[in-house]
Amino acid sequence: MADKATMERLRDKVYEYRKDILQLCYKAKGMHVGGDLSCAEVIVTLYEYVMRIDPQNPSWEDRDRFVISKGHGGAALYLVMAMRGYFGKEELLATYKGHETRFGMHPCKTLCPELDSSSGSLGHGLPIATGMALAGRLNKKSYRTFCMVGDGEMMEGAIWEAAMAAAHYKLGSLIVILDRNRLCLDGFTEEIMGVEPVAGKWQAFGWNAIVIDGNNLKEVMDVFDHLPVPESGVPTAIISQTVKGKGVSFMENNPAYHHAVINDEQFRQAIEEIEAAYQQTKGGAKA
Amino acid sequence: MKLFGPHEKVLAASRTVWDQSFTAMAEKYPNVIAMTADLSRSICTETFRKKVPDRFFNCGIAEQNMIGMAAGLALCGKIPYCTTFAPFASMRSGEQFRTDACYMGLNVRVIASYGGIPIAGPSHAGLEDAGIIRSFPGATVVSPSDLGMISKIFEASVDYAGPMYIRLGVGINEVYLYDGNYEFKIGKAIKARHGSDATIISFGMILQQALEAALELEQEGIDVGLLDMPTLKPLDREAVLEAARDTGKIVTMEDHSIYNGLGSAISEVLAESGVPCKFKRLGIPDLYPSYGAQEKLRNKYGYGYAAAVEAIKGML
Repeated sequence: MADKATMERLRDKVYEYRKDILQLCYKAKGMHVGGDLSCAEVIVTLYEYVMRIDPQNPSWEDRDRFVISKGHGGAALYLVMAMRGYFGKEELLATYKGHETRFGMHPCKTLCPELDSSSGSLGHGLPIATGMALAGRLNKKSYRTFCMVGDGEMMEGAIWEAAMAAAHYKLGSLIVILDRNRLCLDGFTEEIMGVEPVAGKWQAFGWNAIVIDGNNLKEVMDVFDHLPVPESGVPTAIISQTVKGKGVSFMENNPAYHHAVINDEQFRQAIEEIEAAYQQTKGGAKA
Repeated sequence: MKLFGPHEKVLAASRTVWDQSFTAMAEKYPNVIAMTADLSRSICTETFRKKVPDRFFNCGIAEQNMIGMAAGLALCGKIPYCTTFAPFASMRSGEQFRTDACYMGLNVRVIASYGGIPIAGPSHAGLEDAGIIRSFPGATVVSPSDLGMISKIFEASVDYAGPMYIRLGVGINEVYLYDGNYEFKIGKAIKARHGSDATIISFGMILQQALEAALELEQEGIDVGLLDMPTLKPLDREAVLEAARDTGKIVTMEDHSIYNGLGSAISEVLAESGVPCKFKRLGIPDLYPSYGAQEKLRNKYGYGYAAAVEAIKGML
């Protein structure tokens, strides 16, 4: 359960994550930073609190699976895995996006076997996760499969093919987290290609849809604490309403930070803002 | 190994043959999964569905999701065999096969029927499929050249590492040509017939047309060898070069576009080898074929046995 100590631990991890994401973005001279910041609370909570995993044994058959269907969020995944000790954070910081790296912009399982899957081309991750969930049933395993889908990714037809199949095959162990940060590459989703009503679409496809504030750690922990049991036979879509670029004023809701390079001054300001917000929350928690 | 002549060739319903072979294999190997995109009654997996229902998944008319799911299953140790028509397999879900299955080197098998010109018309015809898949790094492309080879391919595919594209023909007038007493190996050509004047290299069920051409030329005292190439990729380069050295004349035959298929693959090998060799490609020309029976259309478009006879005579 989401006790106070766990919550404080996760709050600290989210803070560490946001600072490291900015560090990666600054060092790599360009990254999909906006979406990595929007999904911070969810992806940190998954890897630090929710998922049944063993970083020492990444191919453990009974582990929960995670597929980042919005594959441009590769850095987010590498970072939480480094935080859990799948590989060293130093290695990640030193080599991310570098020549011949194993931590490329879009995740590659061949180069980085600790991953559950490669991803990158939008619309591909959810079908793969659906197959993993089905394999879990066939192999009589009790693991869950988590799949993070971007809201712009809802425009891809294959997402809905998989949504239909997961409901048809009653894959209650499959959990989608839809990072609803309202922006895709070119601008706001509702201007590019409207995806609303989001929850209604997943419900209409036979999913259990739950809407949360995905940048509110307590709501994030609560939703994972109360997931329906896999035997429910109904897959769950968590519509995680977030802010793209969350935590950095000049990045928030700004399409320019879907993928961006940040200079020295921007990096300094971003870190300052993250630190100030953290100190404030920490102070508030103590009071 | 014996090759039956045209007068003694054994006809059978190819779909039934493949359904039975596949079911027999699946009963032996518990990790084998059958998937289809609403084509179970066309590319028969009906026997499988009845005998092994818990390992049969109809994904509905959604090929992209089928191949993506297959990748997910393969990541968890399963060996999924996915059935759909060749143009859908290679184009609609071609990206999933490339980026999910091939990029991760997964044991996904695509069974694509309608390789060639089916009666259903160009929308359903596998004209370019093998060429498209051949260009995916890590993909293996195999096509049976007679009905008996289908079960041999299935057997060989179970333990084979990496993604496979198994291309079936159009399912009409397909026959047993081999007596079955030969070793099938993925990546190895089969010397189906010895000949010293020229060699026909064929890919898939068009082997029977190649055989007819060879037998007709034999009547005229021309000795033509047949090199059966069930594996388009990885290509048996040595066998090609040996044929080039031995006979100096090669004609390729395939129920596939003249671009990017067997003829292209063989010409790549020959052009880079420095081995002098007369060479002619026979295949579906650069057009969308008419409706009709494949056998008649092969003649209309000039890539059937008559065209092979003419091509070889032209080289002598």
